Amino acid sequence: MTEQLRDIINQGLWKNNPALVQLLGLCPLLAVSATITNALGLGLATLFVLLGSNVTVAIVREWVPKEIRIPVFVMIIAAFVTMIELLMNAFSHELYLSLGIFIPLIVTNCAIIGRAEAFASKNSVPLAAFDGLMMGLGFLIVLVMLGAMRELLGQGTLFDGAHLLLGDWAKVLRIEVMKTDTQFLLAILSPGAFLGMGLLIALKNTIDAKQQAKQLEPIVEKAPRARVTSLD
Amino acid sequence: MQLSLTSSPHNHSHKSLSTIMLKVCLAASLGIVCQAYFFGFGVLIQLLLAITTAVVAEALVLKLRKRDIKTALSDYSAVLTALLLAISIPPLAPWWVIVIGTAFAIIFVKQLYGGLGFNLFNPAMAGYVLLLISFPVQMTTWSPPMELAFNQHSLLDEISVIFTGITQSGFTTEQLRLGVDGVSMATPLDSLKTGLSKGLTTSESLQNPIFGEFAGIGWQWVNVAYLLGGIYLLKSRIINWHIPVGFLASLAICASIGVVFHPGVSTGPILHLFSGATMLAAFFVSAQVPFCIYLAAQPC
Repeated sequence: MTEQLRDIINQGLWKNNPALVQLLGLCPLLAVSATITNALGLGLATLFVLLGSNVTVAIVREWVPKEIRIPVFVMIIAAFVTMIELLMNAFSHELYLSLGIFIPLIVTNCAIIGRAEAFASKNSVPLAAFDGLMMGLGFLIVLVMLGAMRELLGQGTLFDGAHLLLGDWAKVLRIEVMKTDTQFLLAILSPGAFLGMGLLIALKNTIDAKQQAKQLEPIVEKAPRARVTSLD
Repeated sequence: MQLSLTSSPHNHSHKSLSTIMLKVCLAASLGIVCQAYFFGFGVLIQLLLAITTAVVAEALVLKLRKRDIKTALSDYSAVLTALLLAISIPPLAPWWVIVIGTAFAIIFVKQLYGGLGFNLFNPAMAGYVLLLISFPVQMTTWSPPMELAFNQHSLLDEISVIFTGITQSGFTTEQLRLGVDGVSMATPLDSLKTGLSKGLTTSESLQNPIFGEFAGIGWQWVNVAYLLGGIYLLKSRIINWHIPVGFLASLAICASIGVVFHPGVSTGPILHLFSGATMLAAFFVSAQVPFCIYLAAQPC
């Protein structure tokens, strides 16, 4: 059992990361990651939807006929997205405004329906919940890293506008790493998102390649000499 | 880029890569001298910064890729990229503009695609695009020709303005842009455009002191110099004539059509051909020197 859990963690956060490996949900990932706050907001929303839809799909998996499973999954996901949208509108209205269309668009995030189809519809409720949590976390981490890169390069700050998401106390989180009069617009605009995403994927591939090389390192045994010539 | 495989006999072109690159740099040098004469030494400082950045960035990536640094650097392609970028940006732009642009051109556009010959885009121009969308203000702050400038500036002033943003006497880049009448000067084509938006006809706009004999003061001779450089490149068979001639002919034809049908709001082909970066674009950019080498090396 623990082996299975460990596998789910590994799959979600690293080996099968929705953003870095499956490359699903790129549209919100690239569009919303201009600052950490936006990235965190959308990442948390996606995480919540993924968790909710995975649990619900796993609960109803016995009763859903195979032929109409996709529409049912989509309706479940849409219901959770609507909830999230209303909640964000109520509790963090400014963030809701700045994320805009990308909150309702979580419905179309293929990572979510992908997990419903590939995992939740075949596994028990606790496992599906854990998988949703891990996949969502994997997505969230990449989103926040990309957001941090772009915010740092673009305007030289970190956690700018965090109070929109976390409440007024979060104003102290804002760090001004470097003072710039001119924004580096490329990092904030979409080319920066593509470049940053490419760099993150390259980083992951490099780490993977290093690890593989370490594992495959041949164990060199001292070869016995085939022919020994001696004076005696 | 996919190179076609050909059967023997293989004709060996006797031009080596470094000679070609050096000849291109040589062809551009007359234009650079012209730019320095009319617009101040800023362009030379940018050139120095760009070449340093390019060489350092190239060496760094080659070291990471475990390639032979000396061979790759001695073909002068990085220097040429730096040169093209340095002469296309405003001469008094802050130092970090050219450093970011050149580093991006070499590291991302050239080396990440596999180095010389594998790059999809012209590195210098991709760097230019990056700069233009990232720093639109700095990239359009062109200073007027020296003879029209209200605040004259020396070499020391230019070094100081590039590195600190103000000259030794405390002028900002914006103040250096003032013309003799105390109004911020635009480039010739810019002033035509603003004239049109004010409802002036072209002939009225051409009364602006920034226009000289046949195009903008300074700009016209810079373009003549790049034209001469381009002719040298054609003569030494480094580029083919098709691209530059096609480029210039279409510009001239479109401008002529404008003059014939709307003489009040458009200008003749001569002004267009000798304004802005027309000649530079025709011979040094659109003819994509590093790419056309493969074409030139093969007998056409």
